[in-house]
Amino acid sequence: MKEINDLNLPEDLKYTKDHEWAKLSDGVITIGINDYAQDQLGEIVFVELPETGDTFEKDDEFGSVESVKAVSEIYMPVAGEITEINEGLEDAPELVNESCYDDGWIIKVKPDDMSQFEALLDKGAYIDMLKG
Amino acid sequence: MNRHPGTSGLIFNEPNLWEKSRRGRCAISLPKADVDRVELDQNLTEEAPELPQLSELDVVRHYTRLSQWNFGVDSGMYPLGSCTMKYNPKTNEVQAARQGFAAAHPLAGDEYSQGALKLMYNLEQYLGSITGFDAVTLQPAAGAHGELAGMLMIHAFHAKKGKQRSKIIIPDTAHGTNPASASLCGYESINIKSGKNGILEPEDVAAVMDEDTAGIMVTNPNTLGLFESNIKEIADIVHSKGGLVYGDGANMNAIMGIVKPGEIGIDVLHLNLHKTFSTPHGGGGPGSGPVAVGKILEPFLPVPRIVKELDSYRFVVNRPDTIGRIHTFYGHFSIMVRAYSYILSMGAKGLTDASKLAVLNANYIKESLKGTLNLPYDMPCMHECVFNDAIQKENHITTMDMAKRLLDYGFHPPTVYFPLVIEGSFMVEPTETESKEDIDQFIDAVKAIAKEAKQDPETLKNAPFLTKVTRLDEVAAARKPCLRG
Repeated sequence: MKEINDLNLPEDLKYTKDHEWAKLSDGVITIGINDYAQDQLGEIVFVELPETGDTFEKDDEFGSVESVKAVSEIYMPVAGEITEINEGLEDAPELVNESCYDDGWIIKVKPDDMSQFEALLDKGAYIDMLKG
Repeated sequence: MNRHPGTSGLIFNEPNLWEKSRRGRCAISLPKADVDRVELDQNLTEEAPELPQLSELDVVRHYTRLSQWNFGVDSGMYPLGSCTMKYNPKTNEVQAARQGFAAAHPLAGDEYSQGALKLMYNLEQYLGSITGFDAVTLQPAAGAHGELAGMLMIHAFHAKKGKQRSKIIIPDTAHGTNPASASLCGYESINIKSGKNGILEPEDVAAVMDEDTAGIMVTNPNTLGLFESNIKEIADIVHSKGGLVYGDGANMNAIMGIVKPGEIGIDVLHLNLHKTFSTPHGGGGPGSGPVAVGKILEPFLPVPRIVKELDSYRFVVNRPDTIGRIHTFYGHFSIMVRAYSYILSMGAKGLTDASKLAVLNANYIKESLKGTLNLPYDMPCMHECVFNDAIQKENHITTMDMAKRLLDYGFHPPTVYFPLVIEGSFMVEPTETESKEDIDQFIDAVKAIAKEAKQDPETLKNAPFLTKVTRLDEVAAARKPCLRG
């Protein structure tokens, strides 16, 4: 397990208290689980994805990540419609461990309310939360 | 200290049965046909199934060898405890194999099945008496099915009142199947966290209980092996808003003869016969999950019900408020015979003693290993105690490493990574049947492993070494499962 100081938490992402990350680009938000979550879960063996076109409220469970140890739900950082899912995870769930911010992204969302994105934690606030 | 039971010995390789098969080899000889051979209509026939052809000795050696690769409660201590299976006294098997029971046919009719009906009727009475409830159904196929039956009755109860509710409260220390059972009834789970001592706080229940909430599902003793001591107050809160209390009685084995759930505010309770009444389970064998209810839910019990009239017994199906039939015929009858045998052979005092010993053994292990392993909730436990790997993490040793290493010492690993409330759970349930000598050997083995974790962590990471199959690549198995032989 990594120490907090060893975690890779890019400055340009937003974070949630449930350890998802979110990145805005051209009005679409890409969402995945962060380095802390993938490290805590250990080797991920299955990612349950929603379907394109599904809509969710903020904090709704939209899928789950399964490791050898446990199954963890993943939650919507913002309300919106799923515009794309990372189908590559079906055959290669290990991408979430190997590259949680790039190849291991999970969903893309068209947000209903951009202010929900703005209200997510930045790196500093997320680390403060981890330190409790 | 005693020597550990684990050792190495000659283990046989064994191919699968199809590889051993040789054309024409046969283990049985059927009696000569005493009727004329008749050809079947071609539309009813097809190619014979491809079955392996083997001699009796081939088959005996095959299964004997496979059994030697395995770890069973008949060969060593099995601290998975009753969640998987506690020791099944052999007399239960003898009784279940009696011709009258083993050959009973479900379509024989009430008049030819009086013994079987009497056994079921009496078992219902005994289970009702042990749990403090008015009526019991034996139909559910296993615990989770019992949960569903219980929740369907709660659902039917609210429907009958004229106003269905939409939610159900489920604490984080309940069994994981609870939300699934509630969800099948259309209820949304409202999850609440247990308090700082690992048990539910009444104010947390009061904060979410309202008149749109059907009730609460409480596992007591809970999955941390702790007794929910606020249960009566919690039940009062739920009842005051018109809700019902579902009791997950999977852990009833810790409180038989001590606490009657029917007397502490619970309205409906399921039992797992394999956990509490020593019937076989695990490996996909048949389970049995009877459900006990108080007077208010009795009209909703599944049919058929068994009624006793004078000295005879019959099935009754005509009950207007029933949730209906939930299993073909009457449930898993041969499992009921085993539980009945267990109850009669133990007697009331014996059952109470079994619970007391289960609790004593778990507390003995908890106190003996406290400090060797981290104990997140340091308070008296019921039939199981939950440690974790917080101390060993300093040496990058996990619960899984220690669990695997226990096999080399001759013990089956305990339950790991459950309950989820604790990270890296290492949950030990010795059950009532282990002797002090065996428990001491187990404690000694865990202490030796904790020492290895400090001095030689690399060894632990590759354990086990003495088993037929050593450390499996669980990640590869889960990512790329091989689903065909």
